[in-house]
Amino acid sequence: MQKILFTVLGVLMLLHTSMARAALSIEIIGAGEHQIPVSIVPFGGDEKLGLAINEVVTGDLLRSGLFRLVDPAGKSPHEVAEVHYPDWQVRGTEALAIGTVSTQADGRIVARFRMLDVVKQVELIGQAVSAGDGQIRAVGHRIADLIYEKLTGNKGVFSTRIAYVNRQGKMFSLIVADSDGHNEQIVLKQNEPIMSPSWSPDGSHLAYVSFETGHAAVFVQSLYTHQRKAVANFRGSNSAPAWSPDGKQLAVVMTRDGSSQIYLMRPDGGDIRRISFSGAIDTEPNFSPDGLSLLFTSDRGGSAQVYRMPVAGGAAQRLTFAAGSSYSPRHSPDGKSFVFTHLSGGRFYISVQDFQTGQMEALTEGGWEKKPSFAPNGKLILFASEARGRGILATVSSDGRVKQHMFTQSGDAREPVWGPHL
Amino acid sequence: MKKLVISIVLVNLLAACASQKPNETTAVPAAPATSAAATAPATASAVAAKTAVDPLNDPTSILAGRSVYYPFDVAAVQDADKPLVQAHAEYLSKNAARNVRLEGNCDERGSNEYNLALGQRRADGVMKMLELGGAKAAQLDSVSYGEEKPKATGHEESSWSQNRRTDLNYAK
Repeated sequence: MQKILFTVLGVLMLLHTSMARAALSIEIIGAGEHQIPVSIVPFGGDEKLGLAINEVVTGDLLRSGLFRLVDPAGKSPHEVAEVHYPDWQVRGTEALAIGTVSTQADGRIVARFRMLDVVKQVELIGQAVSAGDGQIRAVGHRIADLIYEKLTGNKGVFSTRIAYVNRQGKMFSLIVADSDGHNEQIVLKQNEPIMSPSWSPDGSHLAYVSFETGHAAVFVQSLYTHQRKAVANFRGSNSAPAWSPDGKQLAVVMTRDGSSQIYLMRPDGGDIRRISFSGAIDTEPNFSPDGLSLLFTSDRGGSAQVYRMPVAGGAAQRLTFAAGSSYSPRHSPDGKSFVFTHLSGGRFYISVQDFQTGQMEALTEGGWEKKPSFAPNGKLILFASEARGRGILATVSSDGRVKQHMFTQSGDAREPVWGPHL
Repeated sequence: MKKLVISIVLVNLLAACASQKPNETTAVPAAPATSAAATAPATASAVAAKTAVDPLNDPTSILAGRSVYYPFDVAAVQDADKPLVQAHAEYLSKNAARNVRLEGNCDERGSNEYNLALGQRRADGVMKMLELGGAKAAQLDSVSYGEEKPKATGHEESSWSQNRRTDLNYAK
């Protein structure tokens, strides 16, 4: 197992912007079995921008565990005519990315980039990527997505965003950030707990639990207008919001009729219908990608386990049977498996289970690992972990091979959730 | 500590004087205390104070206990804590103006959402016992903080056992 300590320096170049708050260090553990050798030449034109973009692209590709970065070692072609293929074949590179970047009069950053197949000596991608003033990282993530998609056949997730809660003493912040943890934006900051952020399918809203009214209540907030509304604020606890895939319904857990049970409502809080009737704890609902069933956590059998029930209501089926307890189930994007937290022998594991075979597999070695969620391409899983006495964010590839830790600057990172493709 | 107790007693006496003037004449049964006053004035005034004090503010009363503790993943009030809950039920039934909020908490094991539900079940369990013991529903409210507001922040049983708790939080 190789261990690379990779500190992102790109952020230093952006100290004058608000994006600079998120100084993260990222630790990558393990590697994919078949890493594709690629060379990314820092773009020409505005060289400072070129280097900053290069930092983001190479960081993204490294973290995926699927690529081996081959140093351009002094060669810096920016146009196809400047590429001498034997130079790259000698280095063992299979794909070469080159390009130029410039800032337009209106402040937009435009990168024109190409990716070349070094072996076949053909162009794989030729595309211009642009973003607004200062959004260097967005350009880098988009280019990394294009490279990833072309070389792996899967959609990239580098341009997606994540949400999590940062706890610092008694202060809680709800944060939205790029998938690499950079470009943090504070959605809500208060000295009462915040829990369970949940993305609307179009990425425009977050539902979450806030204790600002003295108890757990569910809020929905627009990430564009920042307008927010308490959509479930009944006696007791209101929590665990989950969006239906069409964005027209929220599943929410409430105790207004007794124990924690699952209800459906519109995202504005209207048209409330109870759909679970166990009298036990039923919580953490998660819709299947087809919108027809829900996974949830229940202790109706004596210990917390994962169950599945039709959204239309009806009998629930128990899915987890391993020793210990299981919590926080979430469907894979293809609906074929689910990821969850398995507590066994005092350790929390991130585990996946196949619906068809019922086979369960632990993806992590166990420790303090909670609240997993899939990246929208199903290839990575984001979860809350702990290292050096602090709550951190971590990812593991869905085959368990590549793990990475993301350290936020201070405080405990909790309750992460991966957002959708935008 | 002693000073604090005395000042609480005084405050309560003053409060009693201020709010219960019409009842002063009915407070006659305190006669034995007055007769004792003849022989030992100091003791007598102490006894008088004691009868007037709100037992909720008496640190020697069972009512001074405001927390119920649980084993892991359990929400039922344990036998050891039942007398405490029953004493609070009796107090609430005799003091209809007092309101109490039950605040359920959990240790950090389990998911945050499961623990929120478990904390609510703990608080609701105490609430139900108080109601069965004579408290009125209108005097009671319950919330859960799950694992979000730990009293002890360590990651071992000595901290966890303090965090698996329902607090009885009386409104001032």
